[in-house]
Amino acid sequence: MTTTAPGTVPAIEFRDVVKRFGDHTVLDGLSFSVPRGQRVTLIGPSGSGKTTILRLLMTLEELSDGLILIDGDPYTYEYLGQKWAPVPEKRRREVRKRVGMVFQQFNLFPNMTVLENIIEAPMHVLGLSKHEAVQRAEQLLEKVGMPEKRDARCTDLSGGQQQRVAIARALAMDPEILLLDEVTSALDPEIVADVLAVLRDVAQTTDITMLLVTHEMQFAREVSDRVLMFDHGRIIEEADPETMFTAPSHPRTQEFLKAVLG
Amino acid sequence: MSDHVQTLLDRLPRLGEAVLVTLELTLGGAVLALVVAVVLGFGSRTRTLWVRGPSRVIVEFFRGTSLVVQLFWIYYVLPAFGYELEALAVGIVALGLNYGAYASEVVRGSIESVPQGQWEASVALNLSWFHRVRRVIFPQAWALMIPMLSNLLVQLLKGSALAYYITLHDLNFWTVQLRRSTSDTVFSYTVGLLVYFVIAYALTWFMNWLEARAKRRLGIGPQRPSLRETLRLEPAPVPTAPTAPTAPAAGVRTGGAP
Repeated sequence: MTTTAPGTVPAIEFRDVVKRFGDHTVLDGLSFSVPRGQRVTLIGPSGSGKTTILRLLMTLEELSDGLILIDGDPYTYEYLGQKWAPVPEKRRREVRKRVGMVFQQFNLFPNMTVLENIIEAPMHVLGLSKHEAVQRAEQLLEKVGMPEKRDARCTDLSGGQQQRVAIARALAMDPEILLLDEVTSALDPEIVADVLAVLRDVAQTTDITMLLVTHEMQFAREVSDRVLMFDHGRIIEEADPETMFTAPSHPRTQEFLKAVLG
Repeated sequence: MSDHVQTLLDRLPRLGEAVLVTLELTLGGAVLALVVAVVLGFGSRTRTLWVRGPSRVIVEFFRGTSLVVQLFWIYYVLPAFGYELEALAVGIVALGLNYGAYASEVVRGSIESVPQGQWEASVALNLSWFHRVRRVIFPQAWALMIPMLSNLLVQLLKGSALAYYITLHDLNFWTVQLRRSTSDTVFSYTVGLLVYFVIAYALTWFMNWLEARAKRRLGIGPQRPSLRETLRLEPAPVPTAPTAPTAPAAGVRTGGAP
């Protein structure tokens, strides 16, 4: 299943990852890797473990077994001397810096303005000066098409606007890897297009590695290089988007896509 | 009656001193209580057992024992172990620990009311734990906890009357003195009652103002608190969690859902 070519280090690598919630096994020995710069879409029925993969990559969940590597660096456990030890939080933060995430529920900080939301982490985590951080934030607000909302309260924005700010906030950390977790699922249908346009632009103008969980199959087909079909915590089919959406081979995939695409 | 008023006027300078002692106890106790509450409130919800365990024990101990007994214990018993404190300090420490234990439950509850997504977003931005709490979680929890802290603050003011029993010349003491010199129980205790009420009202005022300010920062409530909102006596109805508003169709994601 590993797709690493010899001599290159993948941006993301899962090795035999197991994730259990109590008695329920969500991921059962999952291995896959994503080369740098590749855009990968995870599809599959709900409960198949797609979101869990993103949450593990953001360290919002602890894995039960196995290994996750970012650019070949241990992120979860490392082999020290004779045994496996958890990677200390300090080194983990160093690795986590390369990963950004946009959530289904936006999760903007309501106690800050739009600008403050975007500059908070660049100033305090990356150590940018306020001037640099503001400059970067303004460029990004331009990119997501809302420079005029710079000083607005997040609570005064529509869902689509909040999500565009959330995208700008994630990009302000200059991540190598961007995780998009059903970023349009909480939005009204007419707003979805705006958010997707922003993401399409990001995909075209940067070389960020992207891992997306989405129900927007048309969008997935446009931006991704590879699609992984999940069922019960395993990859049951893996193909380029063209093949996946027009001629899926696994019966389960055919069934799922038929249900989703109608 | 007029000679009562004369006695009252004669004792006014003393009233100032008495109110000052009561205020020192109340504000000193409140500041200590807030520190205790924040430390124990966060302590009670850490995963580490050796932090959570002691935090819970301290909270239950100070909530579960009488304030008078705590006061007497610190004032009369602690010196036997070689720790002698001034009466005012004893009052502040006892009030701070007792009400801090109560307030820690308020702090804990408010922190838990801040949506999980706020923690997750601050992890995703790689903020350190302390930074997450200071800049993201606490400002949101603060707006939720003020109405309940406001209640406790008024209770703490009233609790400070016990300081009279450890020789402090507070408002309670002043009231008793007034009764001695006028020999009129109804008059002096009514005056005492009114002075306590005025202080309590001023504190409520201040807390209402703080609350309106905290809410305004979260973008909930009016830009300027109305006069009625500031002057009201009862605590505000329990506010809704200061979440970033989500789109109407949004489903709520639970923490561990795959």
